[in-house]
Amino acid sequence: MILKGKTYRAGENVNTDVILPGRWCHLTDEGELAKHCMEDYDADFLKKIKPGDIIIAGDNFGCGSSREVAPLSIKSAGIGAVVAKSFARIFFRNSINIGLPIFESPECVYATKAGDELEIDVFGGKIKNKTRKKEFSFVPFPPFMQTIIEKGGLKGWVMEKLRQG
Amino acid sequence: MGKTIAEKILADRSGLDSVVPGQIVIVPVDIAMANELSAALSIKELDSWGVDKLYDPEKICLIPDHFTPSKDINAAGISKKIREFAKKHNVRWYFEVGRAGIEHAVLPLEGVILPGQIMIGGDSHTCTAGAINCFATGVGSTDIAAAWATGEAWLKVPRSVRLNYSGKLNPHVYGKDLILYTLKDLTTSGATYMSLEYHGDVFESLPMADRFTMANMAIEAGGKTGIFDFDEKTKKLVESTPRFKNEKPSYKTYAADEDAEYAIMREYDVSKIEPQIAKPFSPDNVCPVSEINKVKIDQVVIGACTNGWLEDLVRAAEVFKGRKIHPDVKAIVIPGSQIIARQAFDLGLPQIFIDAGCVFSTSTCGPCIGGHMGVLGEGEVCVSTTNRNFKGRMGHLTSEVYLANPAVAAASAVMGRIGSPEEL
Repeated sequence: MILKGKTYRAGENVNTDVILPGRWCHLTDEGELAKHCMEDYDADFLKKIKPGDIIIAGDNFGCGSSREVAPLSIKSAGIGAVVAKSFARIFFRNSINIGLPIFESPECVYATKAGDELEIDVFGGKIKNKTRKKEFSFVPFPPFMQTIIEKGGLKGWVMEKLRQG
Repeated sequence: MGKTIAEKILADRSGLDSVVPGQIVIVPVDIAMANELSAALSIKELDSWGVDKLYDPEKICLIPDHFTPSKDINAAGISKKIREFAKKHNVRWYFEVGRAGIEHAVLPLEGVILPGQIMIGGDSHTCTAGAINCFATGVGSTDIAAAWATGEAWLKVPRSVRLNYSGKLNPHVYGKDLILYTLKDLTTSGATYMSLEYHGDVFESLPMADRFTMANMAIEAGGKTGIFDFDEKTKKLVESTPRFKNEKPSYKTYAADEDAEYAIMREYDVSKIEPQIAKPFSPDNVCPVSEINKVKIDQVVIGACTNGWLEDLVRAAEVFKGRKIHPDVKAIVIPGSQIIARQAFDLGLPQIFIDAGCVFSTSTCGPCIGGHMGVLGEGEVCVSTTNRNFKGRMGHLTSEVYLANPAVAAASAVMGRIGSPEEL
């Protein structure tokens, strides 16, 4: 599985309050959520991105509130993946559960600028920065999480549990 | 090798002799809780999965508390959906507005969650319940839906942080100040994915309220949970809840081994700590209140899952008694739950708040998330006893929030600027 896209650059400790502000937390429709993605972080975010683009961020991306609408709004806005130095744990969990591809690679974050073209080999554990002709590796997910990802999110896991009774 | 509290609970409940940090375990969930915002998405997930039968309605808790009493037609629609879902599935722990409050204040005080249990909640401050020696952690809506359907959750065993607090507390220093001081030290990512264990003789002189405040803000350091030891104070609280009195459920308690292994260990001498405040825009941007005593303020909020406990209201009332709020300030006092509100009335606290010129509100998360009941306007500055002061958290993007303890918040309301009760 290969993901390709241009990068949008975000900073350190981007919290879920700015990714999807509390005033929109009552929304569940993905189209509506997409309209408010990153609204309080960068009011022009949606103008700057195209489907498949990749967010590059610093440490602790997605910290704060557990709102699943935060990663869901990113996915719904068409973002193909998020690469950060590190993720806050609930955001990490939520992203795996809903099928938003996320990767931890500090080296890639340090070396990548806004607008660079990336190519991510999801299961091979490699990220290529095609603009700067550099390659980085990331630690693949532990086997249990790989299973969830391969089943297309937590839904697959639940279905199997229920089938087994 | 010795084990931490989190490791012991997770090993016990997953049926293993022992677990190590990083290991993924499947655990039975004793309580899977959601508020109306997280539940709305969980219900949508269940529908899309075609799941119509829940694993065990006895283990589900639903509390509409964020935008309630419904702030607008949308919020009313969501709460209605949750109410109908609860009824359809015979959800045991559905708490209606007027019989509830803020989820994290409701669960331990009603006895829904017990020591030694595992709770997942669709709210990051679910870790609050760790104050009663259980493993409680915030997750997302999909996790909640999965637990409702299967009765189980997957958890990665966290590494643990041992925080020890000793010494004599200075006046007007409470759990809030200890955790803000700790956050400055650990930072907002310093304990990512870890379990914070709080120890120390200082907790002998503080009520349970302060343990809830400190467990509540474990997430602000990135923590997966925050856990306290079980002692006589815990026992008294747990065994005086309405549910315990009715059912006398058994429960198990856990203590860390002497030789347990910790990723981080800290010793804090609390006698060196004065009242603390977190400046905009991060809960770890902390300094002593005395260092910033000239900031003029527009609003004060006293309450939330962090500091809406009875002792918090008592501390604020002690400051407000016989005083009036500064003419340029509005102050909003919100008890954590109906149980707490009832106790506050017994002590005559609402009269003190009203005489001072405060709003005394029913329980809600409202202002803390910029939802309702005290949203900040352009450029407004607020001292709040809540737990987050990120940009735009309580309203307009240019508004500013300072986090403090209830006595400091009350003193600031009286002075019209940030200040400590000592200055009055």
